[in-house]
Amino acid sequence: MPAPIRLRELIRTIRTARTQAEEREMIQKECAAIRSSFREEDNTYRCRNVAKLLYMHMLGYPAHFGQLECLKLIASQKFTDKRIGYLGAMLLLDERQDVHLLMTNCIKNDLNHSTQYVQGLALCTLGCMGSSEMCRDLAGEVEKLLKTSNSYLRKKAALCAVHVIRKVPELMEMFLPATKNLLSEKNHGEILHTSVVLLTEMCERSPDMLSHFRKLVPQLVRILKNLIMSGYSPEHDVSGISDPFLQVRILRLLRILGKGDDDSSEAMNDILAQVATNTETSKNVGNAILYETVLTIMDIKSESGLRVLAINILGRFLLNNDKNIRYVALTSLLKTVQTDHNAVQRHRSTIVDCLKDLDVSIKRRAMELSFALVNGNNIRGMMKELLYFLDSCDPDFKADCASGIFLAAEKYAPSKRWHIDTIMRVLTTAGSYVRDDSVPNLIQLITNSVEMHAYTVQRLYKALLDDISQQPLVQVASWCIGEYGDLLVSGQCEEEEPIQVNDLYVLDVLEGLLVSNLSTPVTRGYSLTAIMKLSTRFSSLNRIKKVVSIYGSSIDVELQQRAVEYNALFKKYDHMRPALLERMPIMEKTATNGPSETVQTNGETDSTILDTKHLPSISQPASQVGFLKHGFSIQTCAHFRHLNNIQPLNVIIPPMTAYNKNGLIIEFTFERSNPNPNIAVITIHATNSTEADMTEFVFQAAVPKTFQLQLLSPSSNVVPAFNQGSVTQVIRVLNPQKVRCYCEPRTHSASDLQCIQAINFYLSCVPGESNPQPCAS
Amino acid sequence: MRFMLLFSRQGKLRLQKWYTATAERDKKKMVRELMQVVLARKPKMCSFLEWRDLKIVYKRYASLYFCCAVEEQDNELITLEVIHRFVELLDKYFGSVCELDIIFNFEKAYFILDEFLMGGEIQDTSKKSVLKAIEQADLLQEVSLNLKHKMA
Repeated sequence: MPAPIRLRELIRTIRTARTQAEEREMIQKECAAIRSSFREEDNTYRCRNVAKLLYMHMLGYPAHFGQLECLKLIASQKFTDKRIGYLGAMLLLDERQDVHLLMTNCIKNDLNHSTQYVQGLALCTLGCMGSSEMCRDLAGEVEKLLKTSNSYLRKKAALCAVHVIRKVPELMEMFLPATKNLLSEKNHGEILHTSVVLLTEMCERSPDMLSHFRKLVPQLVRILKNLIMSGYSPEHDVSGISDPFLQVRILRLLRILGKGDDDSSEAMNDILAQVATNTETSKNVGNAILYETVLTIMDIKSESGLRVLAINILGRFLLNNDKNIRYVALTSLLKTVQTDHNAVQRHRSTIVDCLKDLDVSIKRRAMELSFALVNGNNIRGMMKELLYFLDSCDPDFKADCASGIFLAAEKYAPSKRWHIDTIMRVLTTAGSYVRDDSVPNLIQLITNSVEMHAYTVQRLYKALLDDISQQPLVQVASWCIGEYGDLLVSGQCEEEEPIQVNDLYVLDVLEGLLVSNLSTPVTRGYSLTAIMKLSTRFSSLNRIKKVVSIYGSSIDVELQQRAVEYNALFKKYDHMRPALLERMPIMEKTATNGPSETVQTNGETDSTILDTKHLPSISQPASQVGFLKHGFSIQTCAHFRHLNNIQPLNVIIPPMTAYNKNGLIIEFTFERSNPNPNIAVITIHATNSTEADMTEFVFQAAVPKTFQLQLLSPSSNVVPAFNQGSVTQVIRVLNPQKVRCYCEPRTHSASDLQCIQAINFYLSCVPGESNPQPCAS
Repeated sequence: MRFMLLFSRQGKLRLQKWYTATAERDKKKMVRELMQVVLARKPKMCSFLEWRDLKIVYKRYASLYFCCAVEEQDNELITLEVIHRFVELLDKYFGSVCELDIIFNFEKAYFILDEFLMGGEIQDTSKKSVLKAIEQADLLQEVSLNLKHKMA
């Protein structure tokens, strides 16, 4: 058998491949050769073959058949073999592999080898990828090596211990004795860095260790001082700074030790000030130290002078030419803006300038920081900058920026007009990126700004004339026009020059939205509803009726349903129309606006029972949003009444017959739950007057998302015939947002009464009023 | 540090060192994604970016990208220095290192990395010390090879 080709030879050959297929072919050929060589248990060339395998593995080809060979190499006495073997182990034998643990014994032997470089290999492998089991087995060996006088091994053992602690935190105690002298002067400086890393790991993981090691603060301060003051040490120097890596690690450990502890913080004050003022800032390395210093100052209990110094350093960073420094400064300022708000405010203009930076990461940071800095005093100026930013920023930012602007405007708007103007600006410039939930929030805001209605609707109308592509803008505009169209045509605007428009033009615009390809189905729904509302505000009744009837046969189910219902409103319930379509009242802002839990049915949870065509899919501001938003089903809810009839909370609801069909009668009795009066407890009684028992009777209830429903177990699944007995079941309903909903019974009609009869109910509990609407149809 | 990658402008991986146990499939996916993200960056952009829940620090040296994933509490600026120190070590060892050196001597590049970092942390902050250790280990390798030849 000829000798397997050398590694470099193989690499050269593979690189000559011109296509992926050619490369694959070469690899396969070589893999086959390697496999047969492995099978022959060839000791001489094993090392070479594994090395080649590792190369091919890096190119992305499978190499698992080399795992055992790596183990054999590790077990070999030759250093070359061990070197490649351990490398292979680190690349191919991570803890997820079955054969991983087989390494343990070899590593154990090698940890005790006579040659320190072999010991080093073992420590490195264990310290980079040892599994928890392996760490448990070998922790003792590592601990031994941590106490050796050989600094080459000691430093490696320290980092190995770090890995062991990460994998098996319980073993931390074991290493405590060995740490006693880690920082003492008589040690060579070589192990300082790894010692500090080990101490840091222990302190981060255990509060006990932390308190124990606090006494090291003076020592650490001394070491740091020596580093700064000492002369030039060529070995550890980086651009004129002594051992910056060690400085940074010490600063980090000091941060952990000083946090929350007055004495320690006091002890390190001076050195921190010294480092902060004396470190050379012309190169990255100096700035790295300053950065760590700033982080430490901000985290410990430093005196205010020091904190100001730290923030000023960050401020200087912001002006640095180096992007990385600016980035790091913005990140740090973001962390400190809550605690040191005033100090950070001083750098506001620099931060705002960073909005114009070319780098995406910097822009994002600057944006976040800008929002954090907005307050009542600077709102006007800041908003100008932020709006300008919104105009010119990348699409990825627009959604976040728009949301941030809305939030800031809501908190600090100096006037309602300013607020509306700002919103308009956002909707017109970044309209398509605005989040879906902004639409209802804006609608609520506009509704509550009563004196601005005329101005708002006018501006929105004008915006619509310009551009109908941005859906959130169009939706808000349609809604407003529907509500305040009368103000629009009567030209009542006080804030600015009222425009001249009559109702026909307005209807043109709204109808245009309905037919436009740019409008989404949701938008169309908004426009149709708006048109309908205008039927009580404008006089073009016939035109509106016509539009509504056309959409009665629309392919879009949502639109069709709305149109059909509005048609019905015209034809059968015209007397109710003015009341239904009147102006929306001021909406209360509720604390939680999100949809709540799913529905429970007798042990099963099924969140899809909800008939979504009755409820909007976007989250709505709660409270009396009203039926028109929901698009209720008029034909089934024949009995709704007393829309504005509010009765006190503690009225007892009389029992009612909720369902009476095909011999099955279901009655509800109501009471308020004792501990929590917001919970209604409904007991259902089901009786069956037919000749046959109704078996497998299952009561299901579905409620809107804002309700919470709990169905307790029924007394039985069989409703006996001839009214001989009843099935009772208790339902608890919580209506936290007091949203009104409505009732619709549904039965799965079954000719065979013994089939499952599922009855769906929507429970209707009008806000404040305990007067449910029975909808037996 | 979670992992370090070296890759070329053409998206070829030259070195990968993982300091956390990750499935092979996930590794491949992460490498592919990260390479895409980093290679798409323009030259003037800053060396840091957020990717998944990690901070990525990268620097380009000639045709090679050195890319590290560090944790939340790690100092990005000093990570740049760590990368630079590694490059210096390679440079000293190979004498004016270039990508080809790393391709043809990838195992040596790994040996140097493993002498410099363990578990993502620096073992020795002295350049001289690290290089000396590698030198000695190489000598040991020579000796064991010579012995083998003598015995053959």
